[in-house]
Amino acid sequence: MMELILVLLPFAGAGLALIWRGRRTRPYLLPVVGVGHAVVTTLLLLSPAEVDAGAWISSDALTRAVLPLVSLLFLVCGFYAVAYLRVREDRDHRIFVAALLAMQGLLSLALQAQHLGLLWIAAEATTLATIPLLHFNGTARAFEATWKYLLIGGTGIALSLLGAFCLGYASLQGTGGGDLTFRALTGSASTFATPWLVAAWVLLLAGFGTKMGLVPMHTWKPDAYGEAPGVVGVLLAGGVTTMAFVALLRVKQVVDAGGGTEMTQRTLLLIGLFSMVVAALFLLGTRDFKRMLAYSSVEHMGILAVGAAAGGAGIAAALFHVWTNGLTKASLFLAAGNLRRAAGASTVGEVAGMAWRVPVTSRLFVVGLLAITAIPPFGPFASVMSVVRAIFATGQPVSAAVFLFAMLLSFIGLTRLVFAIVDGRPRTRARGTGPQFAEARGILVPPLLFLLGSLWFGVAVPEPIRRQWDLAVRMLMPPS
Amino acid sequence: MTDALNLLIGLVMGLNLVALASSRITSVISWIALQGLALGLMPLLIEGHHTWLVWPVAVATVALKGFLIPSLLRRAMRTVHIDREVRPLLGYVPSLLLGAATTIGAVALGAMMPLLPEHAHVLLAGGSFATASCGLLLMIVRSKAITQACGYLMLENGIYLFGLLLIGSTPLLVEAGILLDLTVAVFVIGIIVDRIQQEFDSLDTSVLTTLRE
Repeated sequence: MMELILVLLPFAGAGLALIWRGRRTRPYLLPVVGVGHAVVTTLLLLSPAEVDAGAWISSDALTRAVLPLVSLLFLVCGFYAVAYLRVREDRDHRIFVAALLAMQGLLSLALQAQHLGLLWIAAEATTLATIPLLHFNGTARAFEATWKYLLIGGTGIALSLLGAFCLGYASLQGTGGGDLTFRALTGSASTFATPWLVAAWVLLLAGFGTKMGLVPMHTWKPDAYGEAPGVVGVLLAGGVTTMAFVALLRVKQVVDAGGGTEMTQRTLLLIGLFSMVVAALFLLGTRDFKRMLAYSSVEHMGILAVGAAAGGAGIAAALFHVWTNGLTKASLFLAAGNLRRAAGASTVGEVAGMAWRVPVTSRLFVVGLLAITAIPPFGPFASVMSVVRAIFATGQPVSAAVFLFAMLLSFIGLTRLVFAIVDGRPRTRARGTGPQFAEARGILVPPLLFLLGSLWFGVAVPEPIRRQWDLAVRMLMPPS
Repeated sequence: MTDALNLLIGLVMGLNLVALASSRITSVISWIALQGLALGLMPLLIEGHHTWLVWPVAVATVALKGFLIPSLLRRAMRTVHIDREVRPLLGYVPSLLLGAATTIGAVALGAMMPLLPEHAHVLLAGGSFATASCGLLLMIVRSKAITQACGYLMLENGIYLFGLLLIGSTPLLVEAGILLDLTVAVFVIGIIVDRIQQEFDSLDTSVLTTLRE
C-alpha cells in the first residue's frame, strides 16, 4: 500500500499542477508532495514490509537502500524550485512543475519495480518526462541539448528493451516460462542458454549505461546538464542515474545467477575505469562550469560501476557512494545554478571574480568542489575509500592505481576551473549588464543543507540506512 | 503459415535496405509505413498463439506504425519544406552496401542463437537483429532530424519483431506499454522537430554543434 502511495502521490500532484490556475502558488505543490513522499519513505524505511513473492511493485532492501536519497533530493529541491521559479517569472512553469512531479512518481515506480518489463516502462517514461524539463529555458542551445538527449537516450532505452526481450526468451527456453519478475528470473537463471544471457547483458548494460552516462554512451550528459536548470540537474544526476544503477544491479543479479559473474564483473570494471579516465581527461579541458559538473558525474558513475564489479563489499561501497555523490552533486548543481544566473554566462572566458559578486554561493561552490574531489571529512572521501579498499580486497592493484590516477587528474581539472571563476576581478560584462543578483535565502539554504548532509555521511552514516545497504548486498549476493 | 511469415520478414529486411538507399525523405517515410503494415500482419501468422491478444496487437500496430506515425512525420516534413537529404554523412550506395553486410551478419548471428523448436524455422530473431542494426545505421549516416526519427522507428520495428517471439508469454501490459511509449516518443519527436525548425530555420542536425568541447 505504502509502495503505491509513493508512486501515486507525485502523479496526483502532477495532475493537479496541470489544472492549477494560480501561477504564484503552483510551485508550492513541489514541496508539499516532497514532504508527503519523504514521510511515507521514512515510514517504509523504519518498518519494512515483507516482500510479496509475485508482486510487481514492492520495496525490497535494494529499493530501501537508495529510495530515501531520491526522496530527500526531491524534497529539498522542491523548496529551492519555489524560490527559483519566483526569479524566473518570464517562463510559464505549468508543464515544468507537472513534469518534475511526474518524474518523481516514475523514479519511485522504477526503483520499486520487481518486474523487468515494468522497470523498462518506467525508465522509458522517465526519459520522456525529462524532455520538457530540459528545454525549460527555451533557448536554441536548450533545444539542441534536448534533441541529443532524446536521440541518444531513446536509442539506449530501445537497446535495453531488446536486452529485456533476450532475457525473456532465455527464460521461456529455460524453466522460467517467460516470467519477467526478478525473483523468477534469478531463480531459473541457471537453466538459461549462455548466448542469450550474454546478449541480454551486453544490451542491458548499453541501455542502462546510457541512462547512467557511462563512457562511450555519455555524450548527452554535458549538453543536458549544461543547459538544464540546476534543480533538473540534481534530479538527473541523483535520481535518474541512481535508478539506472539499481536497474543494472538487478540485471547483474540475474546474469550472475546464470553463471556470468566473471563476465559482469570484468565488463563493469573495464567500462567503469574507462569512464573515469575519459571523464578526467575532459575535466582537464572543459571551460564551462556546468558542463564540468556533467563530466564529474560521468566520473562518479564510473566509480559506481567499478564498485559494483568488486564483489559484496564493493556493492555496499557503491551504494554508499550513490548517497554521498548524490548529496554533494546536488549542492554543486544548485550553487552552479546560482552562479550561472548571477554571471549570465558559464565559461571561464566570461566569468571571473564570483567571490566578489556572490560571496556565499561562491563559498558553497568551493567547499562542494573540495567535497566531491574526496577531501575529508566529507562523504565522498569515505565512500571512495571504501570502493578503493574493495578493489584491493579483490586483488587488483593495477585497477586501483588507474582509479586513483583518474581521481588525481579530475582533482586538478576541477580545481583549475573552479578557482578561475571564483577568484580574480569581476569581468566587465558580468558587472555591467542586468539587475544585481540578490542571494535570497531560498536559494542558499538548499545547497547548504545538501553540503551538511554530505558532511554528515562523511562523519557518521545513519544506522538505519547503513543496515539497508548490508541487506541489499545480502539480497544481491546470497552466500553460496 | 511459417512460409508466409518468413516471406513477410524477408520483405521487412528488404525494406530496410530500400530505405537506406532512398534519397527522398517522403519515400523513406513510405517504406517505413509499409514496414509497419507488414509487422501488423505478423501476429496473426504466428503459429500456436491464437489467443485473442493477437488481434488488438495487430490492429494497434497497423494503425500506429502503418498510418498514424508516418502521417505525423509527413506533416512535420511539409511544415519545414524539405524533401531531400542533401548532404548525407555517408552516400546512398555505401550505406546500402553497409546495410546489406549488416543484414547478412545479423541473420547469421540469429541462426547461431539457440531457439525453441517451434521458432527454429522462423527468421524472427535474425530479422529482428538485422532491422534493429539497419535502424541504428540509418540514424548514424543521415543528418536530417526526420530521417533520424525514421531510423529510430526502424530500430523499434526490429525490437517489435523480437517481441513477437514472446507474444504468448509476455503479459499484455508489456505490449501495451511498448505501443504507448512509441507513440509518445514520436509525438515528442514531432514537437522537438517543430522547435528545432523554429529556432534554427532548418532540420539539419549537423547545425546543432554549439555544444561541444
